[in-house]
Amino acid sequence: MAELDTSSGGGKKGGKVRSKKANTKVDLTAMVDLAFLLITFFMLTTSLSKPIAMDIAKPDDEENDVKLELRASETMTILLGKKNKVAWYMGEAKTAQPTIESYTEIRKSILKNKNDLYKSKGRLLVVVIKPTDGATYKNFVDIMDELHITDIKTAPAIDDKYILDGEKDFMKNAGIL
Amino acid sequence: MPRAKVQRKSTSIDMTAMCDVSFLLLTFFILTATARQPDPLDISIPASTYKIKVPDKDLVILSIGKGKLFYEIIGNDIKGATLDKMGEKYGIKFTSEERKRFSVLGAFGAPIGDLKRFIMMSSDQREKYAEQTPGIQADTTGTSELDNWILETRNAVAELHNEPLRISIKGNAEEEYPTIKKITDVLQKQKMNKFSLITSAEGGK
Repeated sequence: MAELDTSSGGGKKGGKVRSKKANTKVDLTAMVDLAFLLITFFMLTTSLSKPIAMDIAKPDDEENDVKLELRASETMTILLGKKNKVAWYMGEAKTAQPTIESYTEIRKSILKNKNDLYKSKGRLLVVVIKPTDGATYKNFVDIMDELHITDIKTAPAIDDKYILDGEKDFMKNAGIL
Repeated sequence: MPRAKVQRKSTSIDMTAMCDVSFLLLTFFILTATARQPDPLDISIPASTYKIKVPDKDLVILSIGKGKLFYEIIGNDIKGATLDKMGEKYGIKFTSEERKRFSVLGAFGAPIGDLKRFIMMSSDQREKYAEQTPGIQADTTGTSELDNWILETRNAVAELHNEPLRISIKGNAEEEYPTIKKITDVLQKQKMNKFSLITSAEGGK
């Protein structure tokens, strides 16, 4: 027959006694499994423990004689209230009608105000943040982050000392103070 | 006629290369991993899109959670020097062993009177202690313990490294703003108007 005999051993009868060759291959499957498990563990723990620093500067409260005047028409005041709501207005507290918004909507408002002001006057928007007692720490971080996202270049003023009566009244009426 | 023979192939693959690569990666990750100190306060930090990493020296981390304040100094030499200065200020003598143990401690929330006891505790005891302790006291008088800790840490950093001290605030997301304000007021009393908030990285932009 023309077929090649591929079967090993089989037909040897009474040949030389050969020393058996030991198989040198080790099954690495379990080892690789373990290695990958550990890799996954270390990858996850290292990437999670990298905190980010958000630099903020608060106004110096000692030198009250140095006060910066802001143009009312270029100033957007954002009041942080409770229940994750903000109230914002442009210009002065006496005349303005504040808008109540959530943290997801405020980004659009900031961008709109910024663009409107830039188109009409070519000037940059100044933002004043006023966190009230009802706000949480997360709210504060969120609003600073929104300013970073909307690319507000002017340094935001963080003012938690002088919350005007008009602002307080409005926030009380809206139920967020 | 000969039958068509299906050739049998071995199903086992040579895993040597794969094993090599995976162990190389494993070694890399083990070496770059930083051992994390256990956090005594259960804090979930808010997320932000900022990209600046927290510096790893000349830094103080103020952890705020459950209305308590915990203080953490980064850098073992600074920790020891600060403890010496605080001991001098409050008239408490710390032994060299206590100084050594304090140098490797993470965040602590023990009032100065309790500090000696706190240093000698085991880690289990410290965990329990973190539940009961009122944390480090802070008020606006300018002489509270937080004021002194910050003042002495600033001195220690200035003497040893000739660098300004950086302050980071690690606050729980649900903490109310007045608690944070109280801490920042203490810092501002010492003319430290710049500080950083520790946040986690947010996905996306």
